[in-house]
Amino acid sequence: MKYLILIHSNEASRQAWEGLSQEQRSDLGRGHLALRELLAESGELIVSEGLVDPSHAKRVRVRDGETIATDGPFAEVKEHLAGFYLIECDSMERAVELAAKAPDAAWGEVEVRPIFDLNGIEF
Amino acid sequence: MLLRRFGGGFDTCEDAVQEALLAAATQWPAEGVPANPKGWLITVAHRRQTELWRSESARKRREETVFGQLPPEQEPVPGQDDTLTLLLLCCHPSLTPVSQVALTLRAVGGLTTAEIARGLLVPEATVGQRISRAKQRIRASGAVFRLPPEAELADRVSAVLHVLYLIFNEGYTASSGSSLFRVELSAEAIRLARQLRERLPEDGEVAGLLALMLLTDARRAARTDADGGLVPLAAQDRSRWNAEAITEGVELITTTLARAPVGPYQLQAAIAAVHDEAATAADTDWREIRALYELLHTIAPGPMVTLNRIVAVAMADGAEAGLRRLSEAEGDPALAGHHRVAAIRAHLLDMSGDRETAAVQYRLAAKRTLSLPEQRYLEQRAVELSE
Repeated sequence: MKYLILIHSNEASRQAWEGLSQEQRSDLGRGHLALRELLAESGELIVSEGLVDPSHAKRVRVRDGETIATDGPFAEVKEHLAGFYLIECDSMERAVELAAKAPDAAWGEVEVRPIFDLNGIEF
Repeated sequence: MLLRRFGGGFDTCEDAVQEALLAAATQWPAEGVPANPKGWLITVAHRRQTELWRSESARKRREETVFGQLPPEQEPVPGQDDTLTLLLLCCHPSLTPVSQVALTLRAVGGLTTAEIARGLLVPEATVGQRISRAKQRIRASGAVFRLPPEAELADRVSAVLHVLYLIFNEGYTASSGSSLFRVELSAEAIRLARQLRERLPEDGEVAGLLALMLLTDARRAARTDADGGLVPLAAQDRSRWNAEAITEGVELITTTLARAPVGPYQLQAAIAAVHDEAATAADTDWREIRALYELLHTIAPGPMVTLNRIVAVAMADGAEAGLRRLSEAEGDPALAGHHRVAAIRAHLLDMSGDRETAAVQYRLAAKRTLSLPEQRYLEQRAVELSE
């Protein structure tokens, strides 16, 4: 099964980040590197990326065949995606075990979502 | 066997066996099957292993691990081959199922990492890493390249059957962008099951798994519509079923059930055979299927067996009987909130004429399923019943 581990940025996580020392922030970066290496080494990593600040985001709509791109998230957006790990492992239990190794889990929380299976059994 | 004879590393032996199988595939059609095909394979593998040792790509490995151990010149070898040993090693208990699948496809199936990656819908680097890590683990576990003791053999073979079943199911999918490669995985699983059966002709479960795959794969062309949507068994165009595969599967499961101790794969194959032999959905012998599920429930109970048995009860004795059983079964924590409970309830409510509640249950099942093709089907049923 494939799972997406999502790391969100929200009010609580931003506050926690503000409170971290330089050393703690470096530890956090190292923690992500270590998790990435562990996942690559175990053959469970599919892809992992961090996202730049949402001020760089564009929202895209197509209306009457015309593409309209508008800047960044709206002021009321309190939470955004900061990074993700797409993994494949044997069970949700294993996915949770891996998600717990994301450094963000130690002071905020991370989310695990199963990816749709393309297999289906006819009824 | 190559490892025992020549003291090489697992990597080199695996490559040599693959080369021999490849040589057999390309030479036999042209030159005819040799008098002692298995012995011939070992001889060729042996020769190829020597070539690999000499080749530049193997130089480093040779220097590190087997320097000075060049094999002796060819000699006649007994009629025995390594496929079973290799399969058992690839499905070694120290490996996770995803690693067992990747290593089996690479080492026994002879697929490239790129082909495996396309089939499993993961990047090539991920597959490469799974394979190299699996080999490391096998080495670290101290496993040797020989058949396990008799006492362990049954458990080890059962792990191989599970891996072949996983590979088959990876390929038995609704159509998607990569469907062609995934179809190849089903064919590969069937091919490997045939190979395993040649090595273990007396094993009823090996025959049972092969029959189950043949009888399931026979319905492939009819189980998806032009848009890749799932077509339920009852609505499939049975003229599109593969009659040849059904004949082979039915014959295999019939002879196997008559002579071998019964097991779960054989019972599942027997159930598939009853479905496949019905000319129309209405002709399905549900009493027979119900009896087979009852037997399966006795020897290998599980949540999915419980649910399938309930469907068989409903089809044989009516929707009301099925719905009663379903409410009882829901007490099992493994089934509470399971999307299949809602899907079956929806189906049985529809059978009993309660379209409105059926639609609600179909929507609930659609929301809960982890499968995209199933979700599309369940949502479609909900829409049809609401019209």
